[in-house]
Amino acid sequence: MLDIENLSVEVDGKEILHDINLHIRTGETHVLFGPNGAGKSTLLSTIMGFPKYRVVRGRIIFNGKDITGLPVDERARLGIGMSFQRPPVVRGVKTRDILAACLKQRGDGEMIRRLAEKADLVDFLDRDINYGFSGGEIKRSELMQLLAQRPELALLDEPESGVDLVNISLIGKLINELLEKDCPIRNRKCMGLIITHTGYILDYVNARTGYVMCDGTIGCEGDPHEMLATIKEKGYKQCLTCVK
Amino acid sequence: MPNVRKVEEEKKQLAKSVLNKPAPAGQDIDLNQYVNTDNTAEITDLSQLTSLDKEQMLAAGIILEGSNQRSGSFLQMDNRPVHFSVQQEGIEVMSTREALAKYDWLQDYWWKAVAVDTDKYTANVELHQGDGYFIRSLPGQKSIFPVQACLYLAGKRVIQNVHNIVIAEENSELHIITGCTTAPRNDPGLHLGVSEFYIKKGAKVTFTMIHNWNPEVAVRPRTGVIVEEDGLYLSNYILMKPVGSLQMNPLARCIGENAVVRFNSIMMAPPGSNLDVGSKTILDARGCRTEVISRAITTGGFITTRGYIEGNAPEVKGHLECRGLILGERGVIYAVPELKGTLAGIDLSHEAAVGKIAEEEVEYLMARGLSRSEATATIVRGFLRVDIEGLPDVLEAEIKKAVEASERELM
Repeated sequence: MLDIENLSVEVDGKEILHDINLHIRTGETHVLFGPNGAGKSTLLSTIMGFPKYRVVRGRIIFNGKDITGLPVDERARLGIGMSFQRPPVVRGVKTRDILAACLKQRGDGEMIRRLAEKADLVDFLDRDINYGFSGGEIKRSELMQLLAQRPELALLDEPESGVDLVNISLIGKLINELLEKDCPIRNRKCMGLIITHTGYILDYVNARTGYVMCDGTIGCEGDPHEMLATIKEKGYKQCLTCVK
Repeated sequence: MPNVRKVEEEKKQLAKSVLNKPAPAGQDIDLNQYVNTDNTAEITDLSQLTSLDKEQMLAAGIILEGSNQRSGSFLQMDNRPVHFSVQQEGIEVMSTREALAKYDWLQDYWWKAVAVDTDKYTANVELHQGDGYFIRSLPGQKSIFPVQACLYLAGKRVIQNVHNIVIAEENSELHIITGCTTAPRNDPGLHLGVSEFYIKKGAKVTFTMIHNWNPEVAVRPRTGVIVEEDGLYLSNYILMKPVGSLQMNPLARCIGENAVVRFNSIMMAPPGSNLDVGSKTILDARGCRTEVISRAITTGGFITTRGYIEGNAPEVKGHLECRGLILGERGVIYAVPELKGTLAGIDLSHEAAVGKIAEEEVEYLMARGLSRSEATATIVRGFLRVDIEGLPDVLEAEIKKAVEASERELM
């Protein structure tokens, strides 16, 4: 379970997120809409614990534990994982090495190969991570790493951006496996928070709750499909007036 | 023979004329601080080596006992070859002095890839009759395992004068691992190593050199390589241990069409180490290719990393990559990549980058559950990993071992 209470966050001395409240129960998937620059990625990065994002008020509770002051690696080991929108290239570090690190003691070379087959990335295992990857390859690689990591909270930052129509269905499939969508909700151990700018991913992944974030504030909460229809019709300009 | 004597005398005169000529780069070493001697090391065969000596050699990739994974071996201590043997037909391993006595024609290769008047260090080697290894693969022969050669600096303040000749005859293949190391004491010493490589038509040589010196040693290798048509020279240089002062800038010249040269260098400089390490390739024939790749890490030492590619023939291609990583506060890396093209239609490129570990990369790995130190170590390990095409597994394993052995100290 993830509880975010009255969270305000600043970056380089400027407050970006204001008084955010969010509650995700185990097994649920929530979606965060919002225009560019709204603060969506800042929220995910804050939950993940990157030091650049400084919590000035409020707290983050994960599975009953206050993680607000914990470093990134401890959060990862507690079960939080993130798919990056633009992950860095790490020269010399192979995709296979990262998968092995994500799997820790839980898998071997065969497991790595199976994961790569699922993500259609077998030929990328011995390449430097993210080096020369296309948009779709990056997204699949990120999800493959999360499948190896098996987090209880998956933070997915625009998993469909830069992905063509052929790849998006595979992305959807990987997300559904990650979030255990084939299990009844009560049996799932993983919850998800997905940022989407376009909403395309909703054609492939079911989500229970949607939020619209504008100017660092969550303006409304509701059925994600209805929200998306409104956004498509009226645009985020309408949301901005709502938040104000 | 009179002609040979005349040529020898001319070489000596040339050497004498440059006895005070410093190298164009690196610290100038005062040769008077060291001793030229014929045979300081008292060891005359392998059974006299101590276990500590053997450990030092092992750290430089030299296995003297129980290995069947070598096609031949050569060991020189200070200025005296104490052992050489060969385990494969078609491969020759002996001291250069013995080879000169055996083969008259070897004079034709003596000081041809490296000029005797390059600087005072080459002059010193000539004037003090440096011995060294002679390794040759006969036409069409391929070494199954690497030939290993160890140059061991044992005596205090000794100058080790070495003159090596490597010849890969037509369509042959030779893999060499050279370990240069010192006695397990921090005694001052000076290693002067001249190495001349001749790679004939269609031949292939991989040369892996692991340096394992001490902080008081100065090192001035002088290497020249001549590669003929369709020949391949692949050099891997590993320095992961402290050294006082090291300067080298091996030159490979591709004189035959479609010759290929690759230089890979991995080096590390702790506080007190001063390195000036480069690689030069001159592409003089159509279709020749080269890659010059270096990875330098300083934890407080000073590193100049150079690369030079010159293209003088149509359809040649070269790429140069210098990357440096500064770990700690006081280290310096000075990267000097140079390209020279003398005609249209050539393709030369370079990239150079010097900096610290990107925090973004560390955090990315931490988000996968690695601690900060694990993430940093993973990035450094990746930085030091150079994918080397065409290297036998056994040599790749030696390189990996040499790099990994130092990772803990590095971090």
